[in-house]
Amino acid sequence: MAATMLVRLAKQTSRVTALALRQQTFVASCLQPFSSSRLLANKVFTEKHEWIELSDGGNVGTVGISDHAQESLGEIVYVQLPEIGTEVEKDGEAGCVESVKAASDIYSPAAGKIVGVNEALSDKPELINKSPLSDGWIFKVEVADLSELNNLMDESAYRKFLETEE
Amino acid sequence: MRLLRIGSAVLTRCRTTLHPARKYATERNLQRTCLYDFHVSQGAKMVPFAGWEMPVQYKTSISEEHFQVRNSVGIFDVSHMLQSHVSGADRCAMMESLVVGDIAGLKDNTGTLTVFTQYRGGILDDLIVTSTDQGYLYVVSNAGCIDKDWTNMVEAENIFRDAHRDVKLERNMNALIAVQGPLMTKALQPLVNFDLSKLPFMTSTLGSVAGVQNCRVSRCGYTGEDGVEISVPQGDIVNVLEKLLASKDADVKMIGLGARDSLRLEAGLCLYGNDIDETTTPVEASLTWVVGKARRQKADFPGAEIIVEQIKSKPTRRRVGFLSTGPPARGGAVIYDSNGVKVIGKITSGCPSPTLKQNVAMGYVKKDFAKNGTNVKIEIRKKLHDAQVAKMPFVPTNYYIPK
Repeated sequence: MAATMLVRLAKQTSRVTALALRQQTFVASCLQPFSSSRLLANKVFTEKHEWIELSDGGNVGTVGISDHAQESLGEIVYVQLPEIGTEVEKDGEAGCVESVKAASDIYSPAAGKIVGVNEALSDKPELINKSPLSDGWIFKVEVADLSELNNLMDESAYRKFLETEE
Repeated sequence: MRLLRIGSAVLTRCRTTLHPARKYATERNLQRTCLYDFHVSQGAKMVPFAGWEMPVQYKTSISEEHFQVRNSVGIFDVSHMLQSHVSGADRCAMMESLVVGDIAGLKDNTGTLTVFTQYRGGILDDLIVTSTDQGYLYVVSNAGCIDKDWTNMVEAENIFRDAHRDVKLERNMNALIAVQGPLMTKALQPLVNFDLSKLPFMTSTLGSVAGVQNCRVSRCGYTGEDGVEISVPQGDIVNVLEKLLASKDADVKMIGLGARDSLRLEAGLCLYGNDIDETTTPVEASLTWVVGKARRQKADFPGAEIIVEQIKSKPTRRRVGFLSTGPPARGGAVIYDSNGVKVIGKITSGCPSPTLKQNVAMGYVKKDFAKNGTNVKIEIRKKLHDAQVAKMPFVPTNYYIPK
């Protein structure tokens, strides 16, 4: 229950923050307690260890894998990116990362169309290890139905989820 | 992304080796070696492997552990493997009734890689048999095949005894560790009471290790590096490990199954259940050299008719190595001819090689495509990728073979 509430709060926070920034009011500072760090403020996580972050006010989500995921995989040596223009389903395969030991599928946190991929990963797959939440992003998806993100976890809920998974 | 805690020595969902039936079994009755607590205290991540809960890696990454073994010394716990002793005057005959190797022809304290075969020539397991000067054969076979191997050997013992032959089979419950890497002798020599330079590759001796008497030290391993396997009474193993890890003469670290897999792949060595099994003969598996010359003539081992015939007329398919760039080819990937039209075989295991910085794999192809340098295509996630048939080992081996 607590996790769901946090997610809702986080989602409201992200939208309101965007609005607040545009209007340059003091609202943003009032919302600070809801997010533990600015970097992660807008990211929500799946139980399969992907994150998605919506562009401010838009429906294009940037997707990557969590720090926990990259650490568990070890050094990533190859990333198969999805093709731009393909439609993916929620929890559907949208690429693959390969470490020394295994190939692991990446699932899309939401249904939609792939509108961008991180070409830098073709030459530097290790970006996922070095910067899983930023430079190591994997693809951008135009989310068909934003409500699909409602049940995803914000950072603190995801941390709690990891504890229960241990 | 699916990060499972189950898998064949993997943290993630693994496309390569996980068979659902086996996974189910291993989740239930996992066995632990006597070193379980030690592994956990060393920060190991434990995963199910062949029915055992084993360390897949310690604090560092798989490739760091890989290079630890290639550049210095790494220690693997292989206590889950089956160690047995076959004694009695007819011990060689009994083992030869099960395996293809020339056991009777082994010199004292010398060992050989061999395979248990079944009546159709398929491989039941791979194993090492050492003929000791203590009146017994020291036999080490795979953890995943313990039930099958033990049943097989007990049956042979019964048959021989019924025929009034002199054989006795006993299980050795010692811990077993593999100490592997180019600096192994630096770390081990100060702890033993014999000269390691007089123990060439594939020979074995009894000796004292870190003050523990009667340890069996065999110059072998499964990494392609110089190394030994040391069989130590369970109660003394932690003491031996601590002394080795504290070596001032070489950097020594514990290494998990993850690096063991990439190391053995680079060395071109087969993993039973992946690269060889009951559907592959030693000839198809490019292991013809393990079939002893004397045994070929006598043709008196299980499946001899088929195996000897395959040696003469060449098998229709063969295990070969592959090099590629791009996505790594893993077990199960389908191999096509260079036009990408005709299916010519299947990959049995593969990984990105930490040493070569390209992908290594092994698999079976039709005989016309088995020549080194043959261009092929491998299907990975519905796309065809270029690869070449390549000589194994992929990384030169570094066994201790004095001239």
